[in-house]
Amino acid sequence: MSALAALFEKTRSENRAALIGYLPAGFPSKEECIMGIQAMVNGGVDAVEIGFPYSDPVMDGPVIQAAADLALGNGTGASDVFDIVEATVKMGVPTVVMTYWNPIERYGVTKFAAELARRGGSGVITPDLTIEESVTWQQASAAAGTDRIYVVAPSTTEKRLPLVTAQCSGFIYAASLMGVTGTRTSVSGNARELVARIRETSSTPVAVGLGVSNKDQAHEVASYADGVIVGSAFIRQLQESSSIHEGLEKVEALARSLSEGVRR
Amino acid sequence: MGKKRIIAETGAGQHGVASATAAALLGLECVVYMGEEDTVRQSLNVARMKLLGAEVVPVTQGSRTLKDAINEAMRDWVTNVETTHYLLGTVAGPHPFPTMVRDFHRIIGVEARQQMLDEVGRLPDAVLACVGGGSNAIGIFHPFIDDASVRLIGLEAGGRGVDSGLHAATITGGTPGVLHGTRSYVLQDANGQTVESHSISAGLDYPGVGPEHAYLHDIGRAEYRAITDDQAMEAFSLLSKLEGIIPAIETAHALAGAMQVGQELGPDAILLINLSGRGDKDVQTAANYFGIPL
Repeated sequence: MSALAALFEKTRSENRAALIGYLPAGFPSKEECIMGIQAMVNGGVDAVEIGFPYSDPVMDGPVIQAAADLALGNGTGASDVFDIVEATVKMGVPTVVMTYWNPIERYGVTKFAAELARRGGSGVITPDLTIEESVTWQQASAAAGTDRIYVVAPSTTEKRLPLVTAQCSGFIYAASLMGVTGTRTSVSGNARELVARIRETSSTPVAVGLGVSNKDQAHEVASYADGVIVGSAFIRQLQESSSIHEGLEKVEALARSLSEGVRR
Repeated sequence: MGKKRIIAETGAGQHGVASATAAALLGLECVVYMGEEDTVRQSLNVARMKLLGAEVVPVTQGSRTLKDAINEAMRDWVTNVETTHYLLGTVAGPHPFPTMVRDFHRIIGVEARQQMLDEVGRLPDAVLACVGGGSNAIGIFHPFIDDASVRLIGLEAGGRGVDSGLHAATITGGTPGVLHGTRSYVLQDANGQTVESHSISAGLDYPGVGPEHAYLHDIGRAEYRAITDDQAMEAFSLLSKLEGIIPAIETAHALAGAMQVGQELGPDAILLINLSGRGDKDVQTAANYFGIPL
């Protein structure tokens, strides 16, 4: 059983959703990124999503863009992403990489999946890879034994939805709303409906991302989804702190609060 | 479609002005994303868009030029897709944009080819056009693709020289990759990060290129050359003085290419050049370049 499958089996048996925390690799620096992930895990994050910072993150809002720019300015590249994956796996949590397609293609599709597996990573979220263009990725990820996680949105049509969810393993990433990443005051009502639509097509666990930033929102999403993904809110704790120590404390506190929220 | 709102990105501002004009005619809301650097160097077109009733949003992310204007337009689009139509201005972006935009520009080649046959009595030896994203070029090339005797030559922005790294010559100096939902040539580094392009012309200042150009290049049907800023400005000056036509700086790259190809083919050759844009918008940039006080 894959690490993600085992995680969702465990959280289901505990009558709760899994809390998935996101940080971009190399933000605010390579070392501090690993410290930030440790703080998330200490606070109760069940799985970690590591972003491969990219120059043109069209799915991301200003918070993640700014973090990615900082990480790229630090010279963050594929080897740093894999180092951070390895460090995260050693903390005892399933670890996935979220990346736009071009860095994978540039690194080498087969090599990327194989290296991720070698470092203990569980899978990859590919927001800008369409299933029609996925054949080489399906072969590479199948050979490496890593999960493929595609994003579906409220606009995904009835016809297309089962085609996408059939290609997912580990979990299915449900975008809660039409838009880019970032914290929002309320989670769109579309998310509940989308998760219900996804469940008609697949028994793979569904995690909801985009806009979730606090305990109440996490609790609401956990009532109908298997996983709750939080990214921008963690980044903001680090961006808005005057020292890394203050930031790490805030990250851990947010993770603790969210992890209470995902219990039903 | 029932949509009441149009968004567009623009580099030089020509596509933004066209979108604003169409939106004004049809009574649609129009928002144009434009890199902050481009709003400065193409300020005349910014004023034209505003006069036509469009909102111009200066993009301050990343390169502050066309690439990041497209990023912002895409972010707007995924957020507002239910009410908004994205009028992408070049033959890039995800399918079916490259095909649609090519078909909209194809009339240039259809009419030019017919005029050639009517006025000159034969097909040209070469067709030349400037290439940023490549919309005007694919428009004039396309009806000539089956005419094997006609060379198709795209002129990319060589900036300060392809070897300098400060250029936008994507086919000449780039590698295959994915940008803005299209697999084509891209200016990128070893990690697949897009490298910022450079060109004196805002409309060619883009680190990607339409996928059909990449295809025409790879099968050997079209050829692509880089024209430096200085070569383009020399051609800009010559056309202004010899013909009384002030071309867009983008277009001046095609004219500089024609000067090279004309010397190679000799005086009997017939060259068809796509005079894709007028230079009113570039007078300030040109005056600065030539040291003419304003």
